[in-house]
Amino acid sequence: MAIDHISQDTNNSPKTGTWRVKAGLAQMLKGGVIMDVVTADQAKIAEDAGAVSVMALERVPSDIRKAGGVARMADPSKIIEIMDAVSIPVMAKCRIGHFVEAQILESLGVDYVDESEVLTPADENNHVDKHSFKMPFVCGCRNLGEALRRIGEGASMIRTKGEAGTGNVVEAVRHARTVMGEIRRIQTMNKDELMAISRDMSAPFDLVQEVHRTGKLPVVNFAAGGIASPADAALMMQLGVDGVFVGSGIFKSENPQLMASAIVGATTHFEDADELAKLSKGLGDSMPGLDVHTISADEQFASRGW
Amino acid sequence: MPTVGVLAIQGDFHEHKEALLRLGVNSREIRVRSHLSGIDGLIIPGGESTTIVQLIDKFQLRDTLIDEVNSGLPVWGTCAGMIVLANRLTESRPSPLNLMDIEVSRNAFGRQIHSFELDIDIAGVQGPPFPAIFIRAPIVKNCGAMVKILASIENGFPVAVRQGHILATSFHPELTNDDRIHRLFMDIVEGSG
Repeated sequence: MAIDHISQDTNNSPKTGTWRVKAGLAQMLKGGVIMDVVTADQAKIAEDAGAVSVMALERVPSDIRKAGGVARMADPSKIIEIMDAVSIPVMAKCRIGHFVEAQILESLGVDYVDESEVLTPADENNHVDKHSFKMPFVCGCRNLGEALRRIGEGASMIRTKGEAGTGNVVEAVRHARTVMGEIRRIQTMNKDELMAISRDMSAPFDLVQEVHRTGKLPVVNFAAGGIASPADAALMMQLGVDGVFVGSGIFKSENPQLMASAIVGATTHFEDADELAKLSKGLGDSMPGLDVHTISADEQFASRGW
Repeated sequence: MPTVGVLAIQGDFHEHKEALLRLGVNSREIRVRSHLSGIDGLIIPGGESTTIVQLIDKFQLRDTLIDEVNSGLPVWGTCAGMIVLANRLTESRPSPLNLMDIEVSRNAFGRQIHSFELDIDIAGVQGPPFPAIFIRAPIVKNCGAMVKILASIENGFPVAVRQGHILATSFHPELTNDDRIHRLFMDIVEGSG
């Protein structure tokens, strides 16, 4: 997709933090795997395996789930340690609505911030005003209305929420199918039906019009939340996402190097079953999984944010 | 009618295909060696250069790519693609394909918050300055005598270079609707550039 939201300024000096620059970095990540890491060594393993980016954390989501309590932005020294270890872009998470954590992450020079439901929300009504930052944001969604609200607030990349830390892809599939299905539905609607669907989805009208016109999200859309094998990654790619986040699925597996490299290969060759068969061989155990239905509603990360 | 291959290992290859489509040019996604036969030109898109090079090696594309380009296949690399084409990098990795006599420095402007847009003049591109989008962009630190500099920015470092049938840009024409550099590359492919 060409990024043409912002018209050229006639004053010709370098312009940083523009929409095209923010959304453009997400374009460069397409077809790639973004991996959660908690140490510089893990970050190097991820980079060597072909990750397009790493998410710097203190704990992966499955450990956050176990630890309970309030989960906050990582210690800046942890993020800096990881930024210094690799040459690929480094992402970090702030709490939903915690714009000061976002300001701190911008000050550190983080390349992308994930305003994430995996951390404990700081604001149950409002998300961060992402337009006011030069640093780009990615946000989670369960459906198209949620995706378009986040884009309206300035998110330049979207991911499914899935259910992080479970190693169970079922919620990521549900959210990706919901978003894709709603896009197809809007695309085939009559123009005079768009305001009503915009009302029903609580989505900005101009973005609903854009989806109607183009048949796709205005920004890159990744899958996240439960991807734990090469086949999971390829499944999400075949469902139409642009790339995948893998959280606990790599460093909670038996052999992280092999798993990381195989998921990277599967994200490129997602339509080639022969290649996927080769990539899936001999990887050892995936991360221990969790049945989403055993998690009580108030312990599900996906229901955080709106 | 020429067919242009777009290396589809990772990155914004789809945007290059759309630009080629706007020019009425056939394109083909290149993921494995056999896809390379019968193409008239090749684009290496933007993306993460470490990832692209890893996968070029993992899926054994390196030798075939080098052979094809050395025997005259026109190729254009944008951003990560420029890094892949270089004969040496200022940084220790990845290991580029050594196809063009340029030394390239990765992330030369710093982290993402320093990514920028700038209108620049490019030799051989008619009309108003080109809207160049630099995203964690590389620059050409040094280049050999055979390399023609098509555009530089204020600090004097080249951001668009050509060596015969090989073209490289630090920025991303595929992220705009301005197809003038795609047309320039098609002139090279069709032997008129």
